[in-house]
Amino acid sequence: MDNIERIKINTVVNGENIEAFVEPRLSLVDFLRNELELTGSHVGCEHGVCGACSVKVDGNVVRGCLMLASQADGSDILSIEGASDSGSIADLQKAFHERNALQCGFCTPGMLLTSSELLDHNKTPTRTEIREYLSGNYCRCTGYEAIIDAVETVSNDRAGSGRNGKS
Amino acid sequence: MKPAAFNYKKPSTLTGVLELLRESGEDSSILAGGQSLMPTLNMRLSMPNMLIDINGVNELAGISVTDKTVRIGSMTRHVELERSSEIADHIPLIQAAMPYIAHPAIRNRGTIGGSIALADPAAELPACLCALNGSVEMTSTSSTRKVVAKDFFKNLYETDLKADEIITAIEIPRYDENYFSFLDELSRRHGDYAMCGLAFHAKIERETISDAQIVFFAVEAKPIIATTAMKELEGAKISDVSVEAIQVAIENDLNPFGDLHASATLKLHYAKELIKRAITSGISNE
Amino acid sequence: MANRKDMMHDHILDRPNSYIGKSVPRPNAKRLLAGRGTFTDDINLPRQTHVAFLRSPYAHAEIVKIDITTAESSPGVVKIMTGQDMAKICTPWVGVLSHLEGIKSAPQYALAIGKASWQGEPVVAVVAKSRSQAEDAIDLIQVDWNELDVVVDMEKALDSDVPVIHDELGDNLTWQRNVDCGDVDSAFENADHVIEETYISNRHTGVCLETRVIVADYNPGEDQLTVYHSTQCPHMMQNLFAKHLGLEEHKVRIICKDVGGSFGVKVHSYPDEYATAALAYFLKRPVKFTADRLESFTSDIHARDHRINTKIAVSNEGEIQAFEIDDLTGIGPYSVYPRTSGIEVNQVVNLTGGQYKNRNYRAQARVVLQNKSPMCQYRAVGHPVLTLITEGMVDDAARKIGMDPLEIRRRNLIPDDDYPCTAPTGLPFEKLSHHASLEKLAKMIDYDALREDQREARENGIYRGIGIATFIEVTNPGATFYGIGGAAISAQDGATLRLDAKGNLIVEISVTEQGQGTEAVVAQCAATAMGISLEKVRVITGDTDVTPYGGGTWASRAAAIGGEATVQAGKALKKNIIEVAGIMLQADPATLDICNNNVIDKNDGNARISLEEVGRICYYRPDTLPKDYQSELVVTRHYVPKQFPFAFTNGVQGCYVEVDTNTGFIKFKKYVVVEDCGTVINPQLVDEQIRGGVIQGLGGALYEECLYSSEGQFLNGNMADYLVPMAVEMPDIEVGHVETPTLESELGAKGAGEAGTGGAPAVIMNAINDALSPLGGKVTDQPFTPEKILKAIGKIT
Repeated sequence: MDNIERIKINTVVNGENIEAFVEPRLSLVDFLRNELELTGSHVGCEHGVCGACSVKVDGNVVRGCLMLASQADGSDILSIEGASDSGSIADLQKAFHERNALQCGFCTPGMLLTSSELLDHNKTPTRTEIREYLSGNYCRCTGYEAIIDAVETVSNDRAGSGRNGKS
Repeated sequence: MKPAAFNYKKPSTLTGVLELLRESGEDSSILAGGQSLMPTLNMRLSMPNMLIDINGVNELAGISVTDKTVRIGSMTRHVELERSSEIADHIPLIQAAMPYIAHPAIRNRGTIGGSIALADPAAELPACLCALNGSVEMTSTSSTRKVVAKDFFKNLYETDLKADEIITAIEIPRYDENYFSFLDELSRRHGDYAMCGLAFHAKIERETISDAQIVFFAVEAKPIIATTAMKELEGAKISDVSVEAIQVAIENDLNPFGDLHASATLKLHYAKELIKRAITSGISNE
Repeated sequence: MANRKDMMHDHILDRPNSYIGKSVPRPNAKRLLAGRGTFTDDINLPRQTHVAFLRSPYAHAEIVKIDITTAESSPGVVKIMTGQDMAKICTPWVGVLSHLEGIKSAPQYALAIGKASWQGEPVVAVVAKSRSQAEDAIDLIQVDWNELDVVVDMEKALDSDVPVIHDELGDNLTWQRNVDCGDVDSAFENADHVIEETYISNRHTGVCLETRVIVADYNPGEDQLTVYHSTQCPHMMQNLFAKHLGLEEHKVRIICKDVGGSFGVKVHSYPDEYATAALAYFLKRPVKFTADRLESFTSDIHARDHRINTKIAVSNEGEIQAFEIDDLTGIGPYSVYPRTSGIEVNQVVNLTGGQYKNRNYRAQARVVLQNKSPMCQYRAVGHPVLTLITEGMVDDAARKIGMDPLEIRRRNLIPDDDYPCTAPTGLPFEKLSHHASLEKLAKMIDYDALREDQREARENGIYRGIGIATFIEVTNPGATFYGIGGAAISAQDGATLRLDAKGNLIVEISVTEQGQGTEAVVAQCAATAMGISLEKVRVITGDTDVTPYGGGTWASRAAAIGGEATVQAGKALKKNIIEVAGIMLQADPATLDICNNNVIDKNDGNARISLEEVGRICYYRPDTLPKDYQSELVVTRHYVPKQFPFAFTNGVQGCYVEVDTNTGFIKFKKYVVVEDCGTVINPQLVDEQIRGGVIQGLGGALYEECLYSSEGQFLNGNMADYLVPMAVEMPDIEVGHVETPTLESELGAKGAGEAGTGGAPAVIMNAINDALSPLGGKVTDQPFTPEKILKAIGKIT
């Protein structure tokens, strides 16, 4: 198709002001990965099912493959790199590490951002609630249990109860 | 899979959207939540010339309550419905539907207008709208009109929405505290499209059922209103309701089609299971 | 045997400050947690292009004409290539090995020539500046197809009125194998009970979250092909690309960065990957291929499509007297290269019933071609199928004679002290622990309490069932798996250990990492062998220019084989260090050891000189050492198991489920695995392999299936319709261990990566059937969906 008008976007990504001209069809996750070279967000399916592309837009976790870069105009984007560098998910990262709640690591950025959002809204989730909140994030390696353990550990630690292990 | 190329416009007013829509007609697609549109674009199942992004139109947002209705702007996202105290207070049926709709990340973007316009046969909100006797408000450059839910959903992915219209709001009547809501569905995995779902709404006063709305989804091409079953319940005392009789009535009302994950036989069996739950663990506990 | 602890000086399992048996968190996981991993699609080279493929929309069709003229002038297009031109740069291959007697397959090309034989087969390659532009150009290519009749039902593949997919082969039979051991006919004739059953294992696929990705670059200035490849076997790929592109092997470099899951999917070679490398060679610039999810479904290998007729003979006292199986499996139109698509069924034939004393066994297996996606090894290769049928038959026998499923197994499993012994099919078992594992499981699951709970529940109309599945698992293969058949797949692996000038240890090793923790386990072995602390160890894997030559990671071999090579290299390097330290200290090396980063006096444990100091002197001050002495702070050792063709592991899985007889849904109430994988190097990593493996096995048992139409169209090749296990439906799993080390190696470790997957389908089927037995229902056809469960108990028809 001829005469596709590129779209000018002004967005903030991981705290940095970004101005770009993008093809309308460029997805948000491809914009992050290829234009900004933030390769921590991953592409797993491009139909919004696997969760590997999860990023935060204006504070909410979304599928980066189901948003256009054009739609990021005027928005605040947080990818795993920004979340990690800010220290806001440090306890989740530590718990994941100690519990081996990751193997290949491909789903991990999505798992971390989604778990982080869960704990923002529900400070003491049950294991069932953790599983439900992560029900849209596919992991082929861990079988999920270690991830649930790690999130539960963090919620317990944040609540100061010091309890560990399975409820 | 990368989409075919398209142009992109993001009007900031409703008028701007409608004018664009009138000009481009069938050649454009409306981008609301994008959770259903984007996969079809990515897979090149759909190749519009232009995307009209309506996320910037403030008039389409917001929930407002009058003494007779609850009006939900079409761009209201599922997560807003999920967290809204107005929805919890006034439309418990929709609140009950929320945890079944896909997953949190999808609900953070998906909109009620998008769900109603797409009319996926397995979607919860179209069925809820039918059970609540809600209406869909649609606007074009020339007019605004409202259509009740049962007339809006016509066939598989086919609604009364015209090519030059967009859904601007959903309106749902307010029901008094005697109304009982029940929503349940059976799916292979949490958040999957339902194999069979039931949106049930009825008045229960002095142990008697009236104005029962029994709407099944994921069973046929559009939400199915089980009129024979509803007649069975009309005026019945809770203790007199025979689950078996209602299930026989359901068989009369439903003509399921099978799909990849559930045969027609299974869907009918599940419909009977769900209505049993609505009666035994739902109504009977009221 | 020489590896016994009591017979060896400085045995690896006797080291002070040992990391063996410690659940050390993986050092290389931190970058993955920060989103700073490097997966192959993260690699972008200068002047990089992207390739996308026009794939056959038909399962079987003649390619009459391809018109690329309009497509060639599409924006961003660099090159479009069809099969004939590709064949000039990339030679075809045939997926056969000589040790699978009689196996036959047709030559397969990187891009189809003449006809396409499966829906998804690559036909035209489009190279463009971006993936989007390549896909735009594909939409402009015009192909005239002539649809041909398809072979889709494997039961009919050998019928005379069904098309022969490759004329030159004469029929659609790729391979068959028959074994006949003991006296099966007599056993069936004289048995108290003979039970027949047919089991269906469904075709399913790996669905790695990271799809297959390859970035190939050819530099004519050096005549060097560099390939970043999400693969398990860099050296195998080095050999294959060199061979089929006509390059010198040492001028092909394969680099594996982080791999987002593989599970065997990425152990095979693929036409689109050969095409990508060939295009890079042709264009003399980088070409990237990232399979998208839709093409991943149709082009990744599928696995486990079997129909097995079974027969078991059992006495009233519960003695199993014979097993007989007839296994028919349909692969795609080609046997996959280079490992062949005969291996999966070969495992089934080799190991069905292998954990039991019974010696009467007959098996017939046939592998037939179909117009579906090619099929080949996928995690646990054949074990999920053979364990399903073996343990299904045993439960059937138990039910027939009214015997408890634990009891029938107690009476028939090979006794733990009856080793070494040989399976009826000839496979040697070094030492297994079926009974110890079974008893441990019974205790962990609290078997008697569950039976009581089950009884009570039944009285209330609630149907719960206990499933038990014992299993044997092949790990640590030597050369008998592939090498003897002529495949250029290394069975041996090597580790190079180097002490640097600061006393740190660099380990370069030929086994690879896909998330299971290879690098961590290798570091633990190196640190323990050397007496060095873990944070001073750096492990480098996945680069054919850097590491020794080896097999990579598959068949659960990395920890055990890679670990052993590391241990031997570590011991040898330690010897060298102690020797030069002895010179420096004027001490007898026999009195020295290394502990906690220092050379120490063995008698009093005192640190005499640090490794850092040894490094400094050896590298910067060799003038202070004797003139006739040269220190060597680099050592390489290789290891391959030779005594036994494989290290067999064993275990038992047990689960307790509740079946909702109104919906057919299953709820897990308990899930336990007891695994014996020999010496456990990192308990947490092993347990997590078990957990991940079980969930993957449950996926195939309960949810996953590649559904095909009668025209060979793959109906559900997307993430919404192909159901993989997600968090809500999956159980928590308790893991216990028995440790029977192998004496083949000093470490004594066996593999653990696949046992979870091997046992899960059998245990869930047995649990469901135990729950349904009072209702007279039984499932034998995977996946065990709610619909099938309801049909089994007559709730629907």
